[in-house]
Amino acid sequence: MIKKRYILNFPPQSGDKAFTYHLVKDYDIRINILKAEVYPGKRGSLLLELQGKKENIEKGVEYIKSHKITCESLDKRISWKEEKCIDCGNCTAVCFAGALNMNRETWKLEFDKSNCVVCELCIPACPLNLFEIDFR
Amino acid sequence: MKTRADFGIVFFRLRASDFELQNMPKIKTYEEINRKLKSGEAVVLTAEEVSKMAKEMSPEEIVEKVDVVTTATFGAMCSSGAIINFGHANPPIRMEKIRLNGVPCYEGLAAVDSYIGATACDPDNPKYGGAHVIQDLLEGRDVVLEAWAKGTDCYPRKHIKTKININTINEFTLFNPRNAYQNYNVAVNTTQKMIHTYMGTLLPNLRNATYSTSGELSPLLNDPEFKTIGLGTRIFLGGTQGFVVWPGTQFHTTKPKNELGVPVTNAATIAVMGNLKEMSPDYIKAAYYEKYGVSMFVGIGIPIPILNADIAKRVSINNSQIETSVLDYGTVGTPKLGQVTYEELQSGSIKVGNKKIRTAPVASLAKARKIADELKQWLLKGEFEVTKPVQMFPGNTSLNGLKETEADND
Repeated sequence: MIKKRYILNFPPQSGDKAFTYHLVKDYDIRINILKAEVYPGKRGSLLLELQGKKENIEKGVEYIKSHKITCESLDKRISWKEEKCIDCGNCTAVCFAGALNMNRETWKLEFDKSNCVVCELCIPACPLNLFEIDFR
Repeated sequence: MKTRADFGIVFFRLRASDFELQNMPKIKTYEEINRKLKSGEAVVLTAEEVSKMAKEMSPEEIVEKVDVVTTATFGAMCSSGAIINFGHANPPIRMEKIRLNGVPCYEGLAAVDSYIGATACDPDNPKYGGAHVIQDLLEGRDVVLEAWAKGTDCYPRKHIKTKININTINEFTLFNPRNAYQNYNVAVNTTQKMIHTYMGTLLPNLRNATYSTSGELSPLLNDPEFKTIGLGTRIFLGGTQGFVVWPGTQFHTTKPKNELGVPVTNAATIAVMGNLKEMSPDYIKAAYYEKYGVSMFVGIGIPIPILNADIAKRVSINNSQIETSVLDYGTVGTPKLGQVTYEELQSGSIKVGNKKIRTAPVASLAKARKIADELKQWLLKGEFEVTKPVQMFPGNTSLNGLKETEADND
């Protein structure tokens, strides 16, 4: 069993197919919708957490992609310019999801992207503007 | 800055001679410590290291063992800026309005001197300010200088637009009127709305608390009564040697203190100066705070010579003994909601009333430690001397608020 988060981007013509139903029913994947933005006729974006057998998740992702929906692992959509980070901690103040934490020994910032819920609060909170998240 | 300072030095001398006569506890001089630093015999510890040592050693033992303790901080310090001399163009201009990459800088200093404040910005481009100009210059990038003037007989030119960089300008001097606050408040927000402050983003309903000081490593918390830090103290500033040049603005020495004599809220400050051309971009960083504005992270390290047991006792202080006030930044007047220790703040959560609040730093302890270590190495290599201040700072100071009198419209 693995657990992984993905960002899905739906093109305007992606229609109304019940993808999440198929992920559950056909691939035995436990899904958790963490964030969704839907603009009918324009676009839709979804942050999904998929939990299941590794091969089932791989097949499920292929199934989604076969319908012209982009599906990329969340960590590939998040950028943190670590080499420029000064470890001030401002981002940890707003990260209620627990993705951004100060290591209590070294006081260096640690970013566990698998906990990110794409609230995007860290983006303006960083005084050096080191975060980018490509959700849309 | 006169009577009390003079008195302090006389008092110290009297005590020193008394002790010699009576064979009393150890007292070291600046000269003695500098001799040891030069010959490589000195023992230098960081303030964190000495705080650990103090759990098993008395101040009397520490003054025997340790010669210098390094302290440091790396935080956003808004009252910072740089003095720049651009050099004269031909024909020359008496610059009466000056912009660097569009950021306004001060034009009231002769023809080609200027001061660019870290927080200065063009309101149309609020995310790029004076601190960013300083960083661009420091990192070797070109910056566009544009200046205007009325034209005079001796300075006929009315306009100039050119590129400058760190090599074309003459002096490039960091001069920060208020840095290294002695303690700082913890910021929380009791309102229903998220607010954006210089203490970072404060979530509604007390969902986070931010704090700024490096606690037991913080310079002015290790010398709370300014027994060794004063005018002329040589310090680590932005990666090079700089100096304490004056008490910082808003220098307040009569704020409430705990039983160890350490202020429990923001109190004294220092003004510092140093050569930006020698500084490192690792220790000077421009910052932008959402819906607040521009600021600048400044790296400062101060060595404290362990002259006697009292100073040893002061530097031995640890995070459980340093307290600060929790203020509600969401309410006008920032009412105090509680008092916590740095040990609690660094643990990840504090308790205010019955509520447990998650904490986050907004100044870098990792960088502060790096500075304290680097300064320690400089001292151990004999590259850095401790300085006896030319003049001690005043005690018993407090602040005026800004009173609003009725405007005279005649």
